[in-house]
Amino acid sequence: MAYVAIADRDHEIEHHDPQTFITKYIWSQDHKVIAVQYGITAIVVGVVALVLSSMMRLQLGFPDTFAFITPENYYQFITMHGMIMVIYLLTALFLGGFGNYLIPLMCGSRDMVFPYMNMLSYWVYLLSVLILLASFFVPGGATGAGWTLYPPQAIMPGTPGIDWGIVLMLVSLAVFIVAFTMGGLNYVTTVLQARCRGMTLMRMPLSVWGIFMATILGLLAFPALLVSAIMMLLDKSIQTSFFMPAISSMGANPGYTGGSPILFQHLFWFFGHPEVYIVALPAFGIVSDLLSTHARKNIFGYRMMVWAIVAIGGLSFIVWAHHMYVSGMNPYFGFFFATTTLIIAVPTAIKVYNWILTLWEGNIHLRVPMLFAIGFIFTFIHGGITGLFLGNVTIDLPLSDTYFVVAHFHMVMGVSPILVVFGAIYHWWPKITGTMYNETLGKWHFWMTFLGTYAIYLPMHYLGFQGVPRRYFAMGDTEFLPASAQDLSAAITVSALFVAATQILFFINVIWSLWKGPKADPNPWKATTLEWQTPDTPPKHGNWGHDLPEVHRWAYDYSVPDYPDDYIPQNVPADTAPAGRDHGVHH
Amino acid sequence: MPFAVVLILLVIGTVIFHVYSQFAENGWWFTDLASNWGLIDTTVDITVYITGLVFVALNLFMAYAIIRFRYREGARATYEPENKRLETILTVLTAFGVVAMLAPGLVVWANFVEVPDEAHAVEAVGQQWHWTYRLPGKDGKFGEVDAERISDDNPFGLDPDDPNGQDDRLVYSGEVHIPIDRPVKFLLRSKDVLHDFAVAQFRVKMDLVPGMQTYLWFTPTETGRFEVLCEELCGIAHHTMRGMVVVDELEDFNTWLERQPTFLETQSKSPGNAAIGAAQYAVCASCHGQQGEGLKALNAPKLAGQSAWYLKRQILSYKNGLRGTHEDDVYGRQMAPMAATLTDEAAIDNVIAHIRTLPDTPAPTTIDGDVARGEKLYRTCAYCHGAQGQGIQALNAPRAAGMNDWYIARQLQYFKEGIRGSHPSDYYGKQMGFMGRILEDEAAINDLVAYINTLKPDSDKMVGLVTQTQ
Repeated sequence: MAYVAIADRDHEIEHHDPQTFITKYIWSQDHKVIAVQYGITAIVVGVVALVLSSMMRLQLGFPDTFAFITPENYYQFITMHGMIMVIYLLTALFLGGFGNYLIPLMCGSRDMVFPYMNMLSYWVYLLSVLILLASFFVPGGATGAGWTLYPPQAIMPGTPGIDWGIVLMLVSLAVFIVAFTMGGLNYVTTVLQARCRGMTLMRMPLSVWGIFMATILGLLAFPALLVSAIMMLLDKSIQTSFFMPAISSMGANPGYTGGSPILFQHLFWFFGHPEVYIVALPAFGIVSDLLSTHARKNIFGYRMMVWAIVAIGGLSFIVWAHHMYVSGMNPYFGFFFATTTLIIAVPTAIKVYNWILTLWEGNIHLRVPMLFAIGFIFTFIHGGITGLFLGNVTIDLPLSDTYFVVAHFHMVMGVSPILVVFGAIYHWWPKITGTMYNETLGKWHFWMTFLGTYAIYLPMHYLGFQGVPRRYFAMGDTEFLPASAQDLSAAITVSALFVAATQILFFINVIWSLWKGPKADPNPWKATTLEWQTPDTPPKHGNWGHDLPEVHRWAYDYSVPDYPDDYIPQNVPADTAPAGRDHGVHH
Repeated sequence: MPFAVVLILLVIGTVIFHVYSQFAENGWWFTDLASNWGLIDTTVDITVYITGLVFVALNLFMAYAIIRFRYREGARATYEPENKRLETILTVLTAFGVVAMLAPGLVVWANFVEVPDEAHAVEAVGQQWHWTYRLPGKDGKFGEVDAERISDDNPFGLDPDDPNGQDDRLVYSGEVHIPIDRPVKFLLRSKDVLHDFAVAQFRVKMDLVPGMQTYLWFTPTETGRFEVLCEELCGIAHHTMRGMVVVDELEDFNTWLERQPTFLETQSKSPGNAAIGAAQYAVCASCHGQQGEGLKALNAPKLAGQSAWYLKRQILSYKNGLRGTHEDDVYGRQMAPMAATLTDEAAIDNVIAHIRTLPDTPAPTTIDGDVARGEKLYRTCAYCHGAQGQGIQALNAPRAAGMNDWYIARQLQYFKEGIRGSHPSDYYGKQMGFMGRILEDEAAINDLVAYINTLKPDSDKMVGLVTQTQ
């Protein structure tokens, strides 16, 4: 059968047309509604994780002060904070949220190619969130094994939540992966099959490239987590010994024999390292579009940017054991993984150079989304270079398992992606809701968040240099640590509580905007990409009215010489405006 | 404009903070090196300089771009999709920088992976939440170990039939000694879950993985005491899993080593003679009571029914000055000279053998409190002391249920205030210090003790065998 692109059959395909409130907003198959559902759920659960982190910081900054934080609670807090932030907030928000919203609109499609499965994806995700949150309320409470869930400790006495908490955690992860797979197959298929006419791969906005590549990584990496969750459940429930060697636990022999705890770590990080890029690549893509739009300049080195995304995605699968230099795996692996890890710095550095060079000779509007985008570049440079410390196997010896690690990964996959999330929400808010947000509040939100998080994480690296270990409920008197280490920790706590509190500005802005924000212009930033060219704002079901758009140029025709406007939308035909740099036309 | 200024200030501030941290007297930087791994510090320095330069250069350039190309009415951005030459130059420069950092890293790692032939071996054994150690005997060989052989009588899990293991020196303490200037290979073994052997002054660390043996090596270059931290999450008392590496001159090390029992010695100990012990107990009875029932008026706690290994460790602690030396520990200071009358280990074993024959009747309760709150507080305690307060020898946790509540309350207060457990070699006391500080005030202690008063331990499990503890 000859291949016919979906866009060419647009008028033959029947589109379902939701009528009732329930089918429009609850059991909705519209990618935009599903995106918002994903977004709201992820942000709500993210607020839970934010509160948990505040409690951890209270304990760390002021030990022996808050009687309600016991060691048990503390380890439950760190575990749930980490898992929620990485999986249930960032992964869900970037792919389920922005992926859902942007892919069909930026590619010029009417919806995802499998809308029903897309709807299921959200509801299964919600189920996984509910299972996870339920673990706070079962006997023994949530698991306190740390977000890495390393066995044997995750299922052995000595750790909170070994009865129910760990089971619910593993089941929740498995359910999440089912949800992600349903969504992920949709995103990949939609990008490959449902782009509108003229939208070649090399004309796609980098947001789509980042989300597309991240989804592929997710589809390849999550199965490793799924099998390790299932194997650990079997070890826990029917005494298999995948990860469990013969041990003597609390003076008793639990009857395991022959398993390998390090096998779990390999499986976990085979998922876990690509996971970093599952979060980072969408952020890379989105921030590229924010910078380009608000600097009124084409993204610098588009093709290099695309290839860097692909290269980083590929390399991310052969660096996982840099999380395990001191795990007790064969130490000779260190040579290989240190080399691959530092190689990945090259395409990553290229992306940073190109973002900065995009600003060069631009006409930079410092609007709220742009503030967040530039803030991202700053924090990402910082987080990137500290990765060169930890990735270099020798330096990992003193720094592994210290606060340097905590500071590094929060900088690179906490603060940086969150700055992009906020930048992206402000950027697309007018399109999503049809209203404008308050610019002043948005700027305050940026400054508090940006400066506050830097005040948290810059000093935290130095606690790591000093040798303060992570995951310690309390430091006590440790001879090599001067009292100033505790002072620094207290200062970090103050900053962390400040940042957590200032997030209220964001929610005030959201409510204000929805309640009495001014009506938004359909294309307030004068952007070139297709989502800003929809006939309605917010876009209606089916996105494009009667006819699908047709694309005639790449996504970055900003400030093209000899054209009166400083932007040319992608759907403007070549004969009415200069062609600009027409990438990716296959001759 | 203000944004760019803030970025510039952030760069300057970061550099100042770093320079202060690395070079000022009380900055936040690596503690003084006490091993051969100066090359690790050098690799860190190289990386700091290269990445620091990149950090400053990129951000200042970005700030400059933001100022110079800020939005102006009527201005227009340049249209420049790519610049192959510039991109190539930047890629090559980055690659050079990466090589400059990676190369020394790999060279030093090669040194770390290959242990020098002349290194001597010490085994560090981790368990929740303690360190013990084993050194080979004169034969220089370790005996075979097996997790399934681990018991209260054989906590290292040594094979009793392996000739190589008979002379292995066993260190029942968080503290191990090594000689200065000799390369040492630490063989790392865990009994239960993952742990990590880390000493900040030596710079190196490695995980302990149950089911296998891992290693690290270094050459100590300074004498002194260097704290071992567990740095792989191993449960709720992870932060209390501390040990000590004491670097000695060779003679001091040899003297210390001679004092550590061999495996053979630990297995051939007689359990103690209760009849002889009964005579010696007469001294104890004047305060602790004929039946070891304890006497509050004399501040003497109940002994009958307390775990034997725990009694022995406490007597030894008094004898060795680990306990009963703090100036505020009035009653402990009374006990110390009494413990000294037990001149050798056999005498201690005999007395304890007698105490084990005394009837174990639950101590009268003297403290009331909020039992429900106490139950919540006890959750933390239960991890080591058992759900019924029965005590778990493998965790070095004594029995609490059925003992004197007023004594437990006082000890918790002492632990909390550092009156007990602050001796640098009292690793078990130090742990209780961490835990005692969770109890916010006297009311919390009373509530906890009131709950312990409700526990009914199974008395069969109460009394451990007399085994080596120090």
